[in-house]
Amino acid sequence: MVTVEFKLFATLMEYLPAGAQDHSVRVELSEGATIFDLMDKYRVPRTQAHLVVRNGIFVPPSQRKTYPLQDGDVIALWPPVAGG
Amino acid sequence: MSWAGKILRVNLTQGTCTVEALNRQWAQEYLGQRGLATKYLSEEIDHRVDPLSPENKMIMTTGPLTGTMASTSGRYSVVTKGPLTNCVACSNSGGFFGAEMDFAGWDMFIFEGKSPKPVYLSVMNDIVELLSAEEIWGTSVWHTDEWLHAKHQDPMVRVAAVGRAAEAGCLYAAIVNDQHRAAGRSGVGTVMASKNLKAVLVRGTKGIDNVKDPAKFMNAVNAGKKVLADNAVTGQGLPTYGTQVLMNVINEIGALPTRNMREVQFEGAQSVSGEAMHEKRASDGKPNLTSNAGCFGCTIACGRISTVDKGHFSVENKPDYWGSSGGLEYEAAWALGPDTGVDDLDALTYTNFLCNEDGFDPITFGGTLAAAIELFNMGALTTEQTDGRELNFGSAETLVWAVEALVKGEGFGKDLGLGSKRLCEKYGHPELSMTVKGQEFPAYDPRGIQGMGLAYATSNRGACHLRGYTVASEVLGIPEKTDPLETEGKAGLVKAFQDATAAVDSSGLCLFSTFAWSLEDIAPQVDGACEGDWTAERMLELGERVWNMERDFNMRAGLTAADDTLPKRLLKEAAKTGPALGCVNDLDKMLPEYYELRGWTSDGVPTESTRQRLGLS
Ligand code: SF4
Repeated sequence: MVTVEFKLFATLMEYLPAGAQDHSVRVELSEGATIFDLMDKYRVPRTQAHLVVRNGIFVPPSQRKTYPLQDGDVIALWPPVAGG
Repeated sequence: MSWAGKILRVNLTQGTCTVEALNRQWAQEYLGQRGLATKYLSEEIDHRVDPLSPENKMIMTTGPLTGTMASTSGRYSVVTKGPLTNCVACSNSGGFFGAEMDFAGWDMFIFEGKSPKPVYLSVMNDIVELLSAEEIWGTSVWHTDEWLHAKHQDPMVRVAAVGRAAEAGCLYAAIVNDQHRAAGRSGVGTVMASKNLKAVLVRGTKGIDNVKDPAKFMNAVNAGKKVLADNAVTGQGLPTYGTQVLMNVINEIGALPTRNMREVQFEGAQSVSGEAMHEKRASDGKPNLTSNAGCFGCTIACGRISTVDKGHFSVENKPDYWGSSGGLEYEAAWALGPDTGVDDLDALTYTNFLCNEDGFDPITFGGTLAAAIELFNMGALTTEQTDGRELNFGSAETLVWAVEALVKGEGFGKDLGLGSKRLCEKYGHPELSMTVKGQEFPAYDPRGIQGMGLAYATSNRGACHLRGYTVASEVLGIPEKTDPLETEGKAGLVKAFQDATAAVDSSGLCLFSTFAWSLEDIAPQVDGACEGDWTAERMLELGERVWNMERDFNMRAGLTAADDTLPKRLLKEAAKTGPALGCVNDLDKMLPEYYELRGWTSDGVPTESTRQRLGLS
């Protein structure tokens, strides 16, 4: 098993389980689970997660279904957002 | 057409207003607003002029699309030589004032000289008058706005004014229009106050009647609006969370400058984020955010309207601040929050209200306070200079005290009005000023977003995010994702953003439209409205021309390539956490290539062939 921290922001916050603190939930997944597996577990639509960040580093769409999550990873997701 | 074709020249020394025809040849070369007004300024003043002397000029200017049916067309700019930077200053603002200038039939107001007594300019279509402002001198922007509305008995007049900060000589005073919208950076408000000009009031009932090809224009406008509505960022993201949604993004990727840019991540970011503005308060069950708001004609509506918790110490016994007012945008929230270490959303919102009420740039204010706190921590400043106050990172009390001191313009408030460059020089530590060309950084740490380091270093108005927002690509993936920690390819990226931005800023449209629009969407709108054939290629070349003209202005003002740099902290002190851990900004890897791509010498001077190619005299 691997334990990761899953963070959802902006309009994706609605997919957090009740009682989640600071946009974040700790999740246990089986070895080899991917970011898409993690999103599916919380029913986050794949099309809505525009910005996917692992430990602060952008994960390109092609790696979201292949990269195996590591113990201690922090995965953060945003819908399309911008500012300035 | 689309240009109104008319300029109002106001000689404040003599008290005269004269009408001039717009130079249409220049309009073809520089389009409008930022480009065209900078051309006028550059032709009319000595570049080495003291920005606060009567010899400096100040231009309020619209673009050819301002006030039209195009989305985001509520923009105008103030162009002058800036007292904070000694560079060309061009500050852009939204709201409704710019559109009203166009409805009254004016492309520009050029102010020159200095009035012997405080005055305001009243423009009612073609009737223009300089009237006494003695009764409102020494009062806030909000009071001035109210007073002028009452005096002119017309709820539809639009007012742009300076507040007490500008009058007290704060070097980063803003011009605030429609109460909450500001031409905020580089001290354009200080220039206005130095001319004894308190406000400009405009009412126009003429509308826009000179669009070149109305059918073509409306087709392009409607197509553009559809792109904005269908785009997830401009259609949903910006209206819902505003620019403030970036607080958590930038913190998470380790590029949120914290405590005078000593760190790159802030533990309190969530408490002052766009998401936090939606959370209900324990005290009254209401969130900080009341609603979103839009400027004239905007179909995005990213603006924030907020309240402060009535029980918060900052507004105790101050009912004037209990209602809704202009809320936090990301850059302001960052400067007042993470940069000073304060995670109290109400304190930030109250401080932001005061920035609007009395007209000053929250970015430079926050950056200056952060530098002052660091000076205090190291003992270079003591309570003797700070009116007996301790200055502490993370203290909402320090923030609220400091902003009120600045508004009063007394004691240490006077020092805070200098900006961090002059403040840090005064107290013996110039290296603690987080500035380029005298202007404070906005909310992106260039150790974690390399391209922004180059964008800041080469920005023609000092450190600024609105001159080349490579964050769009490096962080948000717009138009395509690049690696924020990589320097390769950033010279070209920065140049492309800078040139495109200069073109958009010359059109009358809002830069935020470019989260969805490219110049391919904008050019047909310009082409439908304006004489001449306007393509995306022509717009981009125009942007490059504007950029080089601004560069030329600054060089003639005495700046050199040595000014294209970053503070030592960002070049030598590595990031301590996050993805950029161990990284500094590698400006030296990007700058020579940037000069080359620009067609400049290794000393950063546009070569003769570049000047000829761009038609710069
Ligand atoms: S996008 Fe925001 S700042 Fe730009 S015009 Fe619209 S409301 Fe104003």
